[in-house]
Amino acid sequence: MTAKVALVTGASRGIGQAIAIAVGKLGYLVVGTATSQVGADAITAHFSESGIKGVGMMLNVADTASVEAVVKSINEQFGAPSVLINNAGITKDNIMLRMKDDEWFDVIDTNLNSLYRLSKACLRGMTKARWGRIVNISSVVGAMGNAGQANYAAAKAGMDGFTRALAREIGSRGITVNGVAPGFIDTDMTKKLGDDQRDALKNQIPLQRLGSPEEIAGVVAFLVSDAAAYVTGETIHVNGGMYMA
Amino acid sequence: MSSIEERVKKIVAEQLGVKEEDVSESASFVEDLGADSLDTVELVMALEEEFETEIPDEEAEKITTVRLAIDYIKENLQ
Repeated sequence: MTAKVALVTGASRGIGQAIAIAVGKLGYLVVGTATSQVGADAITAHFSESGIKGVGMMLNVADTASVEAVVKSINEQFGAPSVLINNAGITKDNIMLRMKDDEWFDVIDTNLNSLYRLSKACLRGMTKARWGRIVNISSVVGAMGNAGQANYAAAKAGMDGFTRALAREIGSRGITVNGVAPGFIDTDMTKKLGDDQRDALKNQIPLQRLGSPEEIAGVVAFLVSDAAAYVTGETIHVNGGMYMA
Repeated sequence: MSSIEERVKKIVAEQLGVKEEDVSESASFVEDLGADSLDTVELVMALEEEFETEIPDEEAEKITTVRLAIDYIKENLQ
């Protein structure tokens, strides 16, 4: 029997890379995506070094044609993905009074519209299989807000709404849809912050530190596993206590 | 080989969990056979598989009865 297939977007570094490895360790064949061929090749190499089955592929989640082509290629090469992790995301921070159209639209397109494209492309296979897991990586910022991130917060809160709606829509087919909302995690995305900002942040976090990508990946792996079979429509916050709903 | 009519009716019965004898050609999937909107999408997916064809979304939405399904298959499989 061939392995079940998991698709993880934005898997070349940070949280996505850790998720890809964690899901691979569950026994899935993992397709991790990157925006460049160099990135995709690096993913393939990293999977091989980490001893998990899978490959990197080039994908632009903001481009419908690219999404359709990649999902088609996965279906043909490996079989339809039964696990989809929507992780790819970008930030283009600016205060609202200075925000440019491209900063707004690019963030919404990559972070939120991508869920529409990828979920739609993967749902047929999951529906047919009567089994599927979708996990959307949102952010604590979607719940709390953050000055300078109206675009990012809007996209992330949108993802959480999408999670709940799709969970209701497709639950009867054995497909769960959940979210994981990371707080501040030690990745390239948060390395953009200055030392002062990072210190100020730590003071707002009961656990007094940034999280690691593996600490997000562990929760994603749980949601994918059989242990979470009865969890759907839920966004789990993983943030060291900085925000408690 | 069964006729297109028979193959369509068999798939409708399987997908919607109804008896084949209840699947008349005039039956509407939603009103007569109790399908919900997800069922109708899955039904089209099953038809695509059986007849090895692709039914575009805008066409699929118009296929609401057994007769319309049979007609579509006949017209597009020539």
